[in-house]
Amino acid sequence: MAIVAGWLVGTVARAMRVTPQGRILVLDVPEWPGNLAGQHLDLRLTAEDGYQAVRSYSIASFGDGTTVELAVDMLPDGEVSPYLVEDVEPGDMLEVRGPLGNFFVWRDSQTEPVQLIAGGSGIVPLVSIARAHRAAASTAKFRMLYSVRAPEDAYYAPELAELVGDSFVLDWVYTRTAPVGFARAAGRITRADIEASTLPVADNPLVYVCGPTGFVETVARILVDLGHPAERIKTERFGGK
Amino acid sequence: MAVFSRGFGSRRRESDPELPPGQYLTEDFPVLSAGPTPRIDTADWSFSITTESGQVTTWSWDQLMALPIEDVHTDIHCVTRWSKLGTTWRGVSLDTLFADIDTSDAYTMVESYGGYTTNVPLEDLLDGKAWIAFEFEGEPLDPEHGGPARLLVPHLYFWKSAKWVHGIRMHSDDDPGFWEQNGYNMYGDPWKEQRYW
Repeated sequence: MAIVAGWLVGTVARAMRVTPQGRILVLDVPEWPGNLAGQHLDLRLTAEDGYQAVRSYSIASFGDGTTVELAVDMLPDGEVSPYLVEDVEPGDMLEVRGPLGNFFVWRDSQTEPVQLIAGGSGIVPLVSIARAHRAAASTAKFRMLYSVRAPEDAYYAPELAELVGDSFVLDWVYTRTAPVGFARAAGRITRADIEASTLPVADNPLVYVCGPTGFVETVARILVDLGHPAERIKTERFGGK
Repeated sequence: MAVFSRGFGSRRRESDPELPPGQYLTEDFPVLSAGPTPRIDTADWSFSITTESGQVTTWSWDQLMALPIEDVHTDIHCVTRWSKLGTTWRGVSLDTLFADIDTSDAYTMVESYGGYTTNVPLEDLLDGKAWIAFEFEGEPLDPEHGGPARLLVPHLYFWKSAKWVHGIRMHSDDDPGFWEQNGYNMYGDPWKEQRYW
């Protein structure tokens, strides 16, 4: 799929508050060229006086359509994310550019086992990959580990639960509040979690890790310590230390 | 002409003429890496320049530390749109490292521990424009940010400032490195917004 050079006009089609801090936005972008699972885009907002701001967002949708789905987490000191989470409404317009990035992607020609590991809103590109895996009826063994603060902070929880099947296993880590009856006590992800709830080195999985910098650093280091070759671990980080 | 986004702009940040177009100021130091952070002990670290004749010039950590060390005050600009102004680094100038290198190639491929590569024209590494940096704000450079040492070539987008730098290989042609093969611009001038293909 080609990268379109310029900015494309998008219209907000739907905006759904799905977590206390975040929203799923569905955009209609008539000129969108389609995107691979895992890619991102730049989103540009222009104020009435001409002031502009641009941020990058991962894309939850994939494939040839002109509907582009994002999930946006509100950053407390943010300038763009509060607008997207609190203010923007269906019918409002903005601009996007992309798709961008050809590394953190999954193609349905890939047949090896895949381990997906997400922290917080880092789930977005991994949802895209999981959707592409389902849509292709791929038999490649997939496993996902999703770390969230509390159940209500999870994006796409019902959809992920529906993906579970012979070739998709889903595991959760809750860092602050676990659901009643959940076997694992709330707490940050550990080596023991990764050993117990991800594909082993013996499967030689390709591992995709996305989340806040600290989360990705921790997880990637544990994976390397467990013996996963560094070149089999793809990471995408956001935010500062 | 851009479309207007209704009601946007109430939380805007102050604009700053020192920022290249499309960048915003951050006090954080975000991390962009495609894989796990390599952990390299300075005892095992080395840096090499390899020329078209096959000649390899190598410095150990101690040999690098014995070279003239410069203080660098500079702004840095990441393609993911954050910029930091007035950062302070210490490192060895590439002018020092290239002083006795005999090459007529015009391009370089910068190579890192962990396999990362990025292409930079040689002229962008010389004349006081680039360093092998090992301190940031008075502290040893964190592994997450490329420690023990990274290339610092701050007039280009920061993906050119290869973390965990291990060597430079001379190239006759401007061949694409890692991000340059994965959607990013061959040169990366932030003032011209050379972000993507």
